[in-house]
Amino acid sequence: MNENYNVSSSPHIRDRIKSSNIMLLVVIGLLPATLFGIWNFRHENAWILVVVTTAAAVLSEYIYEKLMHKPVTINDFSAVVTGLLLALNLPPTLPWWMGVVGAVFAIVVVKQLFGGLGQNFMNPALAARCFLLICFTGQMTYFVYDGVTGATPLADLKAGEAVNTMDMLIGNIRGTIGETSVVAIMIGAMFLILMGVIDLRIPGSYIVSFVVFIVIFGGHGFDAQYITAHLCGGGIMLGAWFMATDYVTSPITSRGKILYGVCMGLLTGLFRLFGGSAEGVSYAIIISNLLVPLIEKITLPKPFGKGGEK
Amino acid sequence: MNRCTERIFNGLVKENPTFVLMLGMCPTLAVTTSAINGIGMGLSTTAVLVMSNMLISMLRKIIPDSVRMPAFIVVVASFVTIVDFLLEGFVPSLYSSLGLYIPLIVVNCIILGRAESYASKNPVLPSIFDGIGMGLGFTVGLTSIGIVRELIGAGQIFGIQIMPDSYVPFTIFILAPGAFFVLACLVALQNKVKNNLAKKGKEVPAQAGCGAGCASCASKGICGGHLAGPETISKTENNNGQEGA
Repeated sequence: MNENYNVSSSPHIRDRIKSSNIMLLVVIGLLPATLFGIWNFRHENAWILVVVTTAAAVLSEYIYEKLMHKPVTINDFSAVVTGLLLALNLPPTLPWWMGVVGAVFAIVVVKQLFGGLGQNFMNPALAARCFLLICFTGQMTYFVYDGVTGATPLADLKAGEAVNTMDMLIGNIRGTIGETSVVAIMIGAMFLILMGVIDLRIPGSYIVSFVVFIVIFGGHGFDAQYITAHLCGGGIMLGAWFMATDYVTSPITSRGKILYGVCMGLLTGLFRLFGGSAEGVSYAIIISNLLVPLIEKITLPKPFGKGGEK
Repeated sequence: MNRCTERIFNGLVKENPTFVLMLGMCPTLAVTTSAINGIGMGLSTTAVLVMSNMLISMLRKIIPDSVRMPAFIVVVASFVTIVDFLLEGFVPSLYSSLGLYIPLIVVNCIILGRAESYASKNPVLPSIFDGIGMGLGFTVGLTSIGIVRELIGAGQIFGIQIMPDSYVPFTIFILAPGAFFVLACLVALQNKVKNNLAKKGKEVPAQAGCGAGCASCASKGICGGHLAGPETISKTENNNGQEGA
């Protein structure tokens, strides 16, 4: 094989894994949460929103690249991941065209205008979610389960009401399509960890620092029930395992990853406990995305031979 | 009068303060939540700009070079105060929606920039027309941003409902981020039109940035204070190309 004799500068060790393989694995990892969400919100026809949003993301990537005479990169599945993640972050009752608006915003404005895959400075799916949240606040915070409208368990928790942690673990609750079931998300996340796609440092430090923040400032001390409710409610699991770990918008260095996770944990805790709304995971992650260049700068390892501390 | 019409064309198209020179971004981004705010801000600035250009041009031989900035500021601030009181007295609703940005016209870089680069060196009449041109260019810029933002963000233009009732407004466009989206899209559109004109071989207005006043220009040492014409620009570009190669 010619590949064994590739004459070039470093790196010399090559793997067969490509962006498209990784993205495909992420799609597979998201499938449990997606399928559960579609089943969970079957009365609200959530499957339409999931299909339309994902298709719109792929289609807008194709059309933009055709119009700009760039190589078409829809085969690398990154647009599928973006569209799917966005759909999982939308409430099931959202009109389908808002999903399309979000998908176009994610792909064209956040990803392609900054140079395509690898160049986006924040997670496109989350940026689009925040865009939609600001644009259509009413529709984006309208949650229904089994035909009954109401607040999410996280909002109940913030209001000081009792919540059923078991339901939150399984996912029979109000929320966005993909965030409700911790079990389904964890099955997907386990798969990605076993395949070596995601690094435990980011979600680990995120969740640990979030728990520490909740214990210190939550006003309940070390109350296992309260902490579990916070971990199972809202988008923290989906965010920590699938969105914070996005390769493009997370740091490369090991220490940087931990610092990045701590940033997200503190910000999420801050937004949830002291912010105006009950949820703050998406804002916490995109703000930390913006901090990544700084984090990488201060955690840059010293090359061997450059001398240590003086 | 030829010079005067040239000044107006220059302000409106060639060196449009909003889309080409990118001056006065603070009011541009902050007050253009509706078309009427854009027009109000633009016309207030135009009034101040015309009057201050006129007075500074009249006084250009009296003001000593070393204290010209404080002198300009005093002149501009006097006119801004007058405009501020007039707006408060006659259009209180517009006054309250523009708010702080009326007093801030004092430090608007278009006004100081024109005083420094044009009015302090040229006779009175062209200076007045320069002020009119620049002011109208600013008004057109602000109003077009305001129209787009109001249409998408509220479904209205000048407070009149345009979109059908079923239209769901994209609220983000009348909030701060919308200003950046709309401004960027309009500037991109404008550059696209200019590039198309250049491809067809028509005369293209000189490069943006230069002409705004050599005093504030970072590369005045290179060009020696001469206004850059198309030839100079193409030369510079060639040089860059060679360096790149």
